[in-house]
Amino acid sequence: MGAVAHVLAASPVPARSQMGSSLGFHIILACFGVAFAAVTLTAEWIGIRRGDAAALLLARRWSKVMAVLVAVGAVSGTVLSYEMGLLWPGLMGRFGAAIGLPFSLEGIFFFLEAIFVGVYLYGWRRLPAWAHWWSGVPIVVAGVLGAVSVVAANSWMNSPAGYTLSHGKLTSVDPVSVFFNAATPYEATHMVLAAYMVTGFLVAGVYAVGLLRGRRDRYHRLGFAIPFTWGGIAAPLQVMMGDVIARFVASNQPVKFAAMEYVARTSREVPEWLGGVLINGHVYLGASIPAFDSILVGFSPHTRVVGWDSVPAAQRPPLVSLIHLSFDLMVGIGFFLLALAAWQAWWWWFHRQLLVTAWFLVPAALSGVAAVAAMEAGWVVTEVGRQPWIVYHVLLVGNAVTPASGVPVTLGVILALYAVLTVVSIGVPMIMSRRWRRETPAEEDAEQVPYGPAPARASAAGPPGPPAAPRASSGGPEAP
Amino acid sequence: MSPSPEAIAVAAILFVVIAAYALFGGADFGGGMWDLLAGRTERGAAPRELIDEAITPVWEANHVWLVFILVLLWTAFPPAFAAIMTALFVPLSLSLLGIVLRGVGFAFRHTAQRLRMQQLTGATFAAASLITPFFMGTVVGAVVTGQVPVHPAGNLLAAWTSPTAILTGFLFVAACAYVSAVFLVLEARQRGHQDLAGYFSRRATAAGVLTGALAGGTLAELSVSAPRVFDRLTGIALPLVAISIAAGIAVLGMLWLRWYHPLGLRATAAIAVAAVVFGWGLAQYPYLFPTSLSLAAGSAPTASLVAELVVAGLAVLLVAPGFALLYFLQQRRLLTAADTDADLRQAAQLGHALPGPAAAAPAPGRTRMATALVLAILAIRAIRDALSSRRRR
Repeated sequence: MGAVAHVLAASPVPARSQMGSSLGFHIILACFGVAFAAVTLTAEWIGIRRGDAAALLLARRWSKVMAVLVAVGAVSGTVLSYEMGLLWPGLMGRFGAAIGLPFSLEGIFFFLEAIFVGVYLYGWRRLPAWAHWWSGVPIVVAGVLGAVSVVAANSWMNSPAGYTLSHGKLTSVDPVSVFFNAATPYEATHMVLAAYMVTGFLVAGVYAVGLLRGRRDRYHRLGFAIPFTWGGIAAPLQVMMGDVIARFVASNQPVKFAAMEYVARTSREVPEWLGGVLINGHVYLGASIPAFDSILVGFSPHTRVVGWDSVPAAQRPPLVSLIHLSFDLMVGIGFFLLALAAWQAWWWWFHRQLLVTAWFLVPAALSGVAAVAAMEAGWVVTEVGRQPWIVYHVLLVGNAVTPASGVPVTLGVILALYAVLTVVSIGVPMIMSRRWRRETPAEEDAEQVPYGPAPARASAAGPPGPPAAPRASSGGPEAP
Repeated sequence: MSPSPEAIAVAAILFVVIAAYALFGGADFGGGMWDLLAGRTERGAAPRELIDEAITPVWEANHVWLVFILVLLWTAFPPAFAAIMTALFVPLSLSLLGIVLRGVGFAFRHTAQRLRMQQLTGATFAAASLITPFFMGTVVGAVVTGQVPVHPAGNLLAAWTSPTAILTGFLFVAACAYVSAVFLVLEARQRGHQDLAGYFSRRATAAGVLTGALAGGTLAELSVSAPRVFDRLTGIALPLVAISIAAGIAVLGMLWLRWYHPLGLRATAAIAVAAVVFGWGLAQYPYLFPTSLSLAAGSAPTASLVAELVVAGLAVLLVAPGFALLYFLQQRRLLTAADTDADLRQAAQLGHALPGPAAAAPAPGRTRMATALVLAILAIRAIRDALSSRRRR
């Protein structure tokens, strides 16, 4: 037991697992932070424009769910900030001056997002309809810019730029080049589109279940159609972007690309493997399309594709099968979601109707889970594919990991806590929706959400005053 | 080598943010502690409700300050950040545990009302409010006493379990309880709960006296464990320490005289806390870790420091209008509890839309088919052109 603990403490595997699970959890909530406001504002737009009560009700309820998810996301985001230092002091100590810059910008956008989520939640009743709608717009903008900032930090790890080292010490930094490193435009677009797909398909999935159960009223149709449209618009863009990004990875991080596509030796006419497990240099249970990988990389079967034999074994990523299968899963789900969106688009184009056949609704109900799986698989490809480097070709993970013992313990605690947080972030909206369906309007009004306005009973006690303080910041509990 | 002006500027901003976190985050944590100490369910109902109302709207903001502290530290002073995070792995992990548990308790407690889990989630929230400031205090204590090596080989138990560090932990807890109780007095009065104002006034006085005693004890300890910091605290930083003590006594006097002036009481309590934070900063200058890591040796390249200053400026530029808007809307009483969704529910369930322009009628099938064909042909041509042009290259 002691020996096992020693091995665990000595290797970066527990730290990597902890970072991976924290990121994998946070990223789902982050998607809602980035994209849910746009979905909600669309519903509100329809509601105001057409005087549609169902759309307005959807928007109001979605804003409450948004509050819960932003609350949990704030916590899991704080965990990540801590973990940057707790797990990777070797990275932050050496390169904090560079990689910290995008994070600082993200702080501003998060602040803005927090302020306007507050205005949006508090403003439902008294603000004029369009003023309230506009108060949500900064959430959409800040969400996207915040995502770009954070992803820029990750891109920098894949494609470090804008710094000079002398004797292993960072001596100068060019903040603009750090932020706009070669990978930023690709990764950031990919992630923002992914956020819209995850949010769109997950929310649509909830209402697809309602439609399947026979709740075919306008409320459920709109609740399905609005988020599904967002996801459906993002899906084809994502598939196109994915193709472009794969070529960028092939040129920028060829070893990662080799692992994604099972390219052992640098050669021409490289086959494209679909599925398959790599064992001792052989691919089992996979189908290969001759020369297709070369065609995808360079539009010609004679394109030379770099294999992982180009670097010594110690610099190749581990778990090649995991990387390849995750990549295939992501691409496969991307096409599945594209097909689903195209089917509905076709039907809408010719019939101006929502598809309500179970053949469509069952996959649509699962589309959100699929989108999450695709996004997680994509992060596995990016992160595991970069191994053994934490900063590509600059710093090894093994040199960045904390020498502190105790990471296996925190890993266990984090996993347990995230199980609870998962229950919260799924359970709370579920409880809310059950209440929305069964209970009287009065009870719905009495419900509280984090950051939400206090219920009526609170103001009944004292003179009707403004809420204690605007949520975000400089007023503490003591209002300015 | 003396530190660059940029490094000093960023360090000053860092201490402003720390003071903000001590004040707003501290009040937040303190609220959780008073929730914990409010007694049995029936007896503690009224104070708990007040605490809940006061904390709910501002809960997340306090995380933003903490995140800013972390980001500033790792961008502007990376070696210090890495060393602190390594040597003080244990107390930092425990403070993080507190933050997560608070979040879980907070997010769930409102929804849990009908699940009879409210007590459990409430207790989680309250207990976590105690854990986080205590361990953050031990971290600060370890840094001040110079117990954090520049290149730690692992986590150091001794660094944060010294008498000074433990005392600092208790000092943080007491200070949070004190700040929070002062603010809650005003929150209670604002809502017209005179009895609760008295309730929190008594607690603020007790916590204030305790905080003062602990601060004195910590200072005495520092004279042994960190003589240089002690010398500066009683030397160049003495005015700040004196201001803090004076403000602390003034708050106690105001509470004693029941002179609950909303701005005056808040500002005085804030000064008491902020002055001591700035005093700490001044006492450590010019060291990040007294006396092993100087500000000059531990700061990032100038461009990063300037970038942080720009970011700080941007934060003020972008966030200030946001707050101005919030304040304006709040003053006009436009931000208020939603009355009811009943009208919308009714309209939505009856299924008739309010009058408005109807949805556009679908175009005739043939037109749509033709448009689709044209679009498809255009798309195919575009792709073919793109491919052929690349092949030529």
